Amino acid sequence: MPKKADLLPGTLDMLILRTLKRAPQHGYGIALSIKHLSDDVLTVEEGSLYPALQRLLLRGWVKAEWKKTETNRRARFYTLTPAGRKQLGAELSQFEQMIAAIGRVLQDA
Amino acid sequence: MDSLLLFFRKLAIFFRREKFSSEMEEEMAFHREQQEKALLSDGVAPESARYTAKRHFGNATQLKEQAHEVVSFRFETVLQDFRFAFRQLRKNPGFTFTAIGMLALGICASVAIFAFVDAALIKPLPYRDPTRLAGVFESIPECPQCPLSYPDYLDWKRLNTVFTSLDVYQRNGFLLSTPEGAQTARGLRVSDGFLRTLGITPLLGRDFYPGEDLSSAQPTVLLSYAAWQQRYGGKEDVLGQTVILDGVQHTIIGVLPREFQFAPARSPEFWAALHAPNSCELRRSCHGLMAIGRLKDGISIQTALADTKSIAAQLEIQYPDSNRGQGAAVAPLTEVIVGDIRPILLVLLGGAGLLLLIACVNVTSLLLVRSEGRRREIAVRGALGASSARLVRQFATEGLVLVAAGGSMGIILASWLMRLLTRLIPTDMMANMSFLQDFGFNLRLGAFAFAIAILCMALFSVVPTWRLSLSSLRGGLVEATRGSSGNSWRRLGSNLVVMEIAIAMVLLVGAGLLGKSLYRLLHVNLGFQPDHLATLAIDAPDAVYGKDELSIALARRVISEIEKLPAVQSVGISCLGIPMDGNGNTTWFRVIGRPWYGEHNDTPQRDVSPTYFSTLHAKLIRGRYFNENDDTSKPNFAIVNQAFARKYFSRDEDAIGKQLSFVPVATKPIEIVGVVEDIKEGPLDIPTPPVLYFPLNQNPSDSFTVVARTSQSEASLLPAMVAAIHQIDRNIAVHDEITMTERINTSQTAYLHHSSAWLVGGFAIMALLLSAIGLYGVVAYSVSQRTRELGIRLAPGAQPRAVYQLVMKEAGLLAAGGIAIGLACAVAAATLMHSLLFGVRSWDVSTLAAVAVVLGASALLASYVPARRAASLDPVDVLRSE
Repeated sequence: MPKKADLLPGTLDMLILRTLKRAPQHGYGIALSIKHLSDDVLTVEEGSLYPALQRLLLRGWVKAEWKKTETNRRARFYTLTPAGRKQLGAELSQFEQMIAAIGRVLQDA
Repeated sequence: MDSLLLFFRKLAIFFRREKFSSEMEEEMAFHREQQEKALLSDGVAPESARYTAKRHFGNATQLKEQAHEVVSFRFETVLQDFRFAFRQLRKNPGFTFTAIGMLALGICASVAIFAFVDAALIKPLPYRDPTRLAGVFESIPECPQCPLSYPDYLDWKRLNTVFTSLDVYQRNGFLLSTPEGAQTARGLRVSDGFLRTLGITPLLGRDFYPGEDLSSAQPTVLLSYAAWQQRYGGKEDVLGQTVILDGVQHTIIGVLPREFQFAPARSPEFWAALHAPNSCELRRSCHGLMAIGRLKDGISIQTALADTKSIAAQLEIQYPDSNRGQGAAVAPLTEVIVGDIRPILLVLLGGAGLLLLIACVNVTSLLLVRSEGRRREIAVRGALGASSARLVRQFATEGLVLVAAGGSMGIILASWLMRLLTRLIPTDMMANMSFLQDFGFNLRLGAFAFAIAILCMALFSVVPTWRLSLSSLRGGLVEATRGSSGNSWRRLGSNLVVMEIAIAMVLLVGAGLLGKSLYRLLHVNLGFQPDHLATLAIDAPDAVYGKDELSIALARRVISEIEKLPAVQSVGISCLGIPMDGNGNTTWFRVIGRPWYGEHNDTPQRDVSPTYFSTLHAKLIRGRYFNENDDTSKPNFAIVNQAFARKYFSRDEDAIGKQLSFVPVATKPIEIVGVVEDIKEGPLDIPTPPVLYFPLNQNPSDSFTVVARTSQSEASLLPAMVAAIHQIDRNIAVHDEITMTERINTSQTAYLHHSSAWLVGGFAIMALLLSAIGLYGVVAYSVSQRTRELGIRLAPGAQPRAVYQLVMKEAGLLAAGGIAIGLACAVAAATLMHSLLFGVRSWDVSTLAAVAVVLGASALLASYVPARRAASLDPVDVLRSE
């Protein structure tokens, strides 16, 4: 089993936005998605999702709504807003630029 | 736009804070439940599943706190911090009051002293472009910054290429005729462009016009604002009125602005145009005019000095009789005005600063003790989710509360102290320092207080945080109450105490040296007996008493009338000054029968009545005093002081019988008939120069000083003397009624020494107290930390004596360290202030030793109490309590 990696600082918001792009989710769902999609490599201290979600709410990048789950429990579901979609695009291209730059540096070495 | 949206979203949450919290909690609980369910379905045992879910989730309290911080306004947490800080401080009133009190003390002293420094040294002089103003002087070795003669002034003004304008002033007591008789009034004679050079325009009326300072013009005068208010009720119709000064009608042409002041003039009421030349001003050798110049653009003081020097050199060649040896000096006007008191103010500011430093160190060590005590609380708060940034902010907030309380108290105290100190300055002294006129709170003072507060606050928040970060937070939870942290604190606390004692040592030595200087100054050999002497000065109208015979008759009459007063033993008169007046009125002479190359022997001159020396109880060394018959029918006589005899005659030469002549205008020979012991004619701290005394009857004058010796209280004699003189003639003005002792004590030198010694002494005593408290705190804390160790020592039978010694030894080492370091610093500091010391070296052994003993003794006393407590511990109690 590969060693679990800590998140790069500042990437949590991006991961959350990316996850929500597929479909609205509640917090637990977001945590699960990140874990599964990264083949268990990326783990988030799960609770830290919540301050981050508040930050995104405040910025207007996501919306929150209380809804019933399949098991008929009340949960808060988060949906990506158009502004959030734009923000995700910007963050992704920034991130890619950075990764590419780091890659070039490492190749050169 | 975005930030506005953000604000409203935050505001919406702010009003539904309860809902926000409950939703957050519900959401988090949901998350953990789901996780738990997932684990259970994976076959994990229920207990373990719950635990794992919780662990995966992280510190819920901390996360909630973080979420709150995301959506809350900054001021909310700040308010929380303040509320908590107040609660903490209220819980420890002893600590809080001590800390605030010490800070208030330190800040009060620094702010009050800074106010003086600001008024005198920082605030620019209230003239147009004041840095371009310079004092201009003639210069001789005996008097490096001396007045100009009128003809020299005219030449300097005409020939210089460095000043846009050069003007002169002369202090002058005017005899003011009033319906109630004559009074003296402080006045100033100025050249026509004086105010224009300073860049001042009258509040009312007009300035002097060019040429108005010549004797051909109508006599005119400007009023000071104070004189206008007090003598003329501030009425505008004062312009054009006339006032009789020295028997001459002057027209009032203007009133000076209220805030205008010119310290070297000593707050004059009447500003008259020079009206030159008078008899002195006809002569190139009569120096009476002080000059100020405005430098041309781009001209430095050095350039101006070089230029005036070359003019002086030219005049020396042109007029060797009068100008031989007359050089030039130029100095920035600021230097001329405040140069004298700058070192004293800086020393006082340094003292106040050190006091503040001790106070800060003390408060810091108190904070440290407290942060030790709160180690567990901090650890718990950290574990419960307080971020370290939040903890630092908590300390900063507590520091802020302390400094704000201490600072505002300090500033209130300072404003009171400032008022007290200015009230303590005698009016005469105040006239000399009119730059203190608009003394009080201003922007610079506020900025200074603010800067102090910021520094203190930084110190108080950084130190405890730094201390706490030295050991991990976890350590705080595990650690027993008494352990290693106590030790490391003790080391830091000890260093602080050593520093405090060293600073206290510096202040005490400073105070000791200044005190000793003052003592030496007041016990300098005066050459006469100052007690039981009453003195006053007389100005009689020239029109009535100006003739020589009439002046002589007036002097005799004054003496005989005052002699008649009860308890008066003898009365003497001197013109051109009495002891302490200064060495200003000088004359040039040569010794007849010696080769003379035109050099100017510049010597103070006094014209005295036959009874003058015996009234002072001066000591006649050889020869005789003057007698009533030494008048113009006789040869000219003189008495010289010892300094004169030493300087101008060799050891085996007898001064008696030698003959002198004035220069450059030769007189008939002056025969020396007596030698008196040196009388302190000038400032106490300056060696008495050679002085020439002439018989009053050969050099009469209608303005002179009376000295009366009484067998009873000299102060109560003064009113009777004034009355007696007014009985002779109401139009004789009497001024400067003062006893000789007071004259000495309030002389500028004595006063400045006096006030600096008292102020620094006050600082030193407070420093001693604070450092003793600091030492007590450290030793007491150390004892409380070591209770168990001491108990164990005592249990198997260690003598209380040994424990006692253990504690005292620790305190003794600290004190000794502090004293040793302080000794070195004190000598260095004293060297810096050597210009304030009189008759004492900066490394005066007896002062240093005495201070070390005092400090050592107070240190022992401070540690005695905790030491005794340690020695009287009951080992059983101690061990049981652990």
